[in-house]
Amino acid sequence: MTRTTSKGVISAAMLSVLASTAGAEIGDKLVVNGDLELTVEAPAPAFMADTGIKTIYSGWLFRDPDTQKIEMDDFDNPGMLYVDQGAEMWNTPAGTSNKSCADCHGDATETMAGVRATYPKWNEAAGVVRSLQGQIEFCRTEHQGAEPWKYAKAEINAMEAFISMQSRGMPVNVAIDGPAQSTWEQGREIYYTRYGQLELSCANCHEQNYDHYIRSDHLSQGQINGFPVYRLKDTQLTTASGRFVGCVRDTRAETFKADSAEFTALELYVASRGNGLSVEGVSVRH
Amino acid sequence: MTRIITLASGLLAIATMAAAEDVAPSAVSFADGGAILASLSGMPGDPANGAVVMVDRTKGNCIACHQVTAINADFPGNVGPSLDGAGDRWDESQLRGIVSNAKMTFPDTVMPSFYKNSGYIRPGAAFTGKAPEGDLPPLLTAQEVEDVVAYLATLK
Ligand code: HEC
Ligand code: HEC
Ligand code: HEC
Repeated sequence: MTRTTSKGVISAAMLSVLASTAGAEIGDKLVVNGDLELTVEAPAPAFMADTGIKTIYSGWLFRDPDTQKIEMDDFDNPGMLYVDQGAEMWNTPAGTSNKSCADCHGDATETMAGVRATYPKWNEAAGVVRSLQGQIEFCRTEHQGAEPWKYAKAEINAMEAFISMQSRGMPVNVAIDGPAQSTWEQGREIYYTRYGQLELSCANCHEQNYDHYIRSDHLSQGQINGFPVYRLKDTQLTTASGRFVGCVRDTRAETFKADSAEFTALELYVASRGNGLSVEGVSVRH
Repeated sequence: MTRIITLASGLLAIATMAAAEDVAPSAVSFADGGAILASLSGMPGDPANGAVVMVDRTKGNCIACHQVTAINADFPGNVGPSLDGAGDRWDESQLRGIVSNAKMTFPDTVMPSFYKNSGYIRPGAAFTGKAPEGDLPPLLTAQEVEDVVAYLATLK
């Protein structure tokens, strides 16, 4: 495996590192089940012009070939078990309304197609930007009249996985202007803040140093187009905000909570840095 | 006999004083270019312990970002340059400055400041993700900084 020491330079050398890391066996194309090609590389959105990043890359490209392969076949991808679980929950009545999600939303393959690609999203009635989990939780408590699921825990993650799958292969396309703009700006502010006793920002690692190694870990751009993610080391699903908790904690900082307004804003901002990459449904990482 | 005892207790007093006389993180003064001229602990460093501190994830964890040929660690990172030859490129006071607060030598560097204990944004209690109770100690003690500096000085 080639290791580059040129810092933060997007160059032919870097691309060759990506190619060699992605492995001769797999290459740099993510094709699922032999027929669905996902976009793992795209031009950076216009607002990223001053970041030095011209091309955005899915985290899939930075993983070792064995991990990459698991995401390429739904039979191998353990995340699909949660998708099945989510599908079952979709049809299960709950709460004082005794309604299922399907009772109001019908066939998810139609009504939820493309939804994941636009979240986090401004909700006019509530006057806030909602993450997908935030919206699911709202429907669960307000529309179904059921006990809330625990944010970023097994059940709601399974539902998020099921809904996310209905957008697999569609480009991430979150809105950053209009009423969402101030939340997006808050997220950007957080992205560049050097938290904790190690004084490291998201940008220090995922913008300035992607494609470098922190110990054995190959730094990606920290994209969230693949979320929710099945993590092999946790043997369960992780959400974007769950991942943020871990990354902030590792800077020896006091983290924000997974369902905090701060992390919803950050999720919007980070999602927007991936506008153009495919939603991967449920991805697989180490 | 009396004289020997006096001498011994005198030495003890000096040793105790030295330990008590660590330069506080807030009192460190940096020369032009970010160097720190005098030992932070008043004592020389122990290079062998310095190498240990550099590998320990809860202390220096330098190899997360730096490769050092003389330290045979699995998978060193490459966010920072190799430290091979650091003892040729920098003198001891410069190395002390870089380890204590690299931002004085390399403005905006991603390298953490190891001898500092204030000015943080949302500092946490180690890797718990929780707010600390009370003041945080610097990432390395004054003596650990000296030990690391002594080790770096051997990298020629
Ligand atoms: C009683 C009817 C009702 C039920 C039951 C219900 N929802 Fe909703 N859902 C709505 C309405 C109405 C909206 C429109 C926005 C709003 O009210 O927040 C919505 C919006 C959504 C959206 C956002 C769609 C978009 O295009 O942005 C998602 C995702 C969603 N619901 C998921 C669920 C899930 C998952 C369940 C089951 C746990 C569920 N809903 C149960 C009524 C319902
Ligand atoms: C000290 C460096 C460091 C900092 C600071 C950091 N991360 Fe990470 N992050 C990592 C490492 C290492 C990984 C695992 C390898 C990878 O995908 O980059 C990771 C993974 C991720 C992933 C998973 C990507 C994927 O495709 O699975 C996301 C998302 C992420 N980070 C977002 C963030 C955000 C947002 C911040 C700021 C709050 C942040 N990180 C701060 C080191 C860091
Ligand atoms: C988060 C990554 C990171 C960590 C951890 C880190 N450094 Fe660095 N270090 C850097 C970077 C990046 C540079 C290059 C300076 C710059 O930013 O221009 C550097 C520069 C240096 C230099 C000067 C480079 C030279 O010419 O030899 C020395 C010496 C050094 N570091 C020592 C250490 C020691 C000792 C530790 C542990 C106590 C450590 N570093 C921990 C990132 C790191």
